[in-house]
Amino acid sequence: MPGKTKVLKKPTRTLADQSYLIEVVKGLGTTLKHFFQGTGQMVSGNVPNAVTDPLAEGISTLSYPEEKRAYSERWRGVHRLTHRDDGSPRCVACLCCSTACPAQCIYIKPGEYPEGDKRRGYERYPVEFVIDELRCIFCGFCVEACPCDAIRMDTGTHMTAFDVKSDFVYDKDKLMSMVSQHGTQKSENPRHEPGDPGHPGIDRLHGGH
Amino acid sequence: MLFWISTTLKVLVVVGFLAQVAALLLWVERKQSAMMQSRIGPNRATIKIGSLEIRAAGLVHSIADGIKMVWKADWEPTGGDHLLYRLAPIVAIVPALCLCAVLPFGPTVFLDHGRDLYDPAWATDAATLARSVPLQIANLDVGVLFIFAIAGAGVIGAALAGWSSDNKFSLMGGLRAASQMVSYEVAMGLSLVGAMMIYQTVRLDEMVTWQTQHCWGIFVQPVAFVLFVTAAIAETKRVPFDTPEGESELVAGYFTEYAGLKMAMFASGEFVEVCVSSALITTIFLGGWQFPFVQLTGLEFHYLGLNISWHWAHFVVVLVGFITFSLKCAFLIFMQLQVRWTLPRFRYDQIMKLGWRMLLPAALLNVLVTGTVLLFLNSGNG
Repeated sequence: MPGKTKVLKKPTRTLADQSYLIEVVKGLGTTLKHFFQGTGQMVSGNVPNAVTDPLAEGISTLSYPEEKRAYSERWRGVHRLTHRDDGSPRCVACLCCSTACPAQCIYIKPGEYPEGDKRRGYERYPVEFVIDELRCIFCGFCVEACPCDAIRMDTGTHMTAFDVKSDFVYDKDKLMSMVSQHGTQKSENPRHEPGDPGHPGIDRLHGGH
Repeated sequence: MLFWISTTLKVLVVVGFLAQVAALLLWVERKQSAMMQSRIGPNRATIKIGSLEIRAAGLVHSIADGIKMVWKADWEPTGGDHLLYRLAPIVAIVPALCLCAVLPFGPTVFLDHGRDLYDPAWATDAATLARSVPLQIANLDVGVLFIFAIAGAGVIGAALAGWSSDNKFSLMGGLRAASQMVSYEVAMGLSLVGAMMIYQTVRLDEMVTWQTQHCWGIFVQPVAFVLFVTAAIAETKRVPFDTPEGESELVAGYFTEYAGLKMAMFASGEFVEVCVSSALITTIFLGGWQFPFVQLTGLEFHYLGLNISWHWAHFVVVLVGFITFSLKCAFLIFMQLQVRWTLPRFRYDQIMKLGWRMLLPAALLNVLVTGTVLLFLNSGNG
């Protein structure tokens, strides 16, 4: 059984609409109202704060870059490599991120720690860590893939505009120099160095299994 | 001698003002549109003198624009007509500047009687008259007709620019400009016929005098006022009548191929037209330099049972007249800019329909009604 058909009334134009003149005056009234509201705010200095009160009535211009709105914690900005306590990268060069990357913009050249280093055998370190920020699609898969919380996108900064393409290719030093929205270069997640009490003590040479 | 000095001075003041008005109106338009769109508007251009930073609420942007225009590459299309191409911006802006020659921007100044109370005998006394300066560059007998003739010449500039640019977009823009301006001139001229019938003159200063003695033209010719304002906005080729420019379909219309200062001449010509048309509307419909209830002798309020006569010295009346005229013009310019930022653009065929099928018949009807009413009133008197 077909449903009930609701016939919508076609809007008709009255003579007043048709003459256009009244509507013009109405439109001018609206724009004048906004004009005086905006001018009043500018002259009296009562311009609403676009950072804290973006939905306020009246002028809502954000004077970027002097004024910025804070991004949410999960907003994905430019990458950074987190630091350990001794200032070396947390990255263990496992290549999980570069494997997960759909844009293939991460290049890592892994290296072994020298003989005698307590980390040797347990983990490797990135000799080179390069991200081509122009290729990056900011999907965040690298951050999800990382087992060590070594790469994060919580810097809260946009990609800066450079003149030369090669400037967009961030190397290890550049990535290590980035700080999070809260100014830290580390991660809040704990990390156990080889030899620490919480460290499982398993490595490639002396597997527990 | 006085005539030559005063005329030179008047020309310098008026043309000097109109030359600056484009820069000023550019700022006004930007700021006004910003305010009504809840924006701050341009404010970044800065003049740095030591540690002092002058931004002047965005006025510096006009200067920056001027500098930019001067240093732009003066590129010309290789095809087309080079002479006409260079001539077009001049032909476009000069009529707009010429128009203000006949506009009275204040009452006649009698130099010998600055502190005296106005006496109608001055206007007939030859000695006093010789020492008087009318605040109008040229007091022509043809008045309004001169305005129509010169305003009609404005279309040539746009048409020439469109033709000589060797560009199809420009040509389309030029064609549109020509047809639009010619169409609206008809309605513009006819809408004023009613006013001329009532004022019994085409001289602009006498029109103001009539309005000073009776009432403002907008009250006796309201229909003509609406028609004339509409046609005047159409003549300036600005939104909502900007099909000759047609950003979305014609790039920039008839001045697509113009760069730098030549383009600036077209743009500033537009602003000068806005300014002059406002002055014209003020003169014909809003009582010119007359402040409400102010006569040449001072404030005269004889209505509602009140009988106020407050006599002012002649120079005070002149000053009040000049300021009133400026304020009325400023208000009309403000309203024209507001219209530009309020209404969406008409389609080209809608513009033609509005011009020929609405404004023109309405103007003709206005002439008929005005004539009939005048006939009845006069026969009653006779």
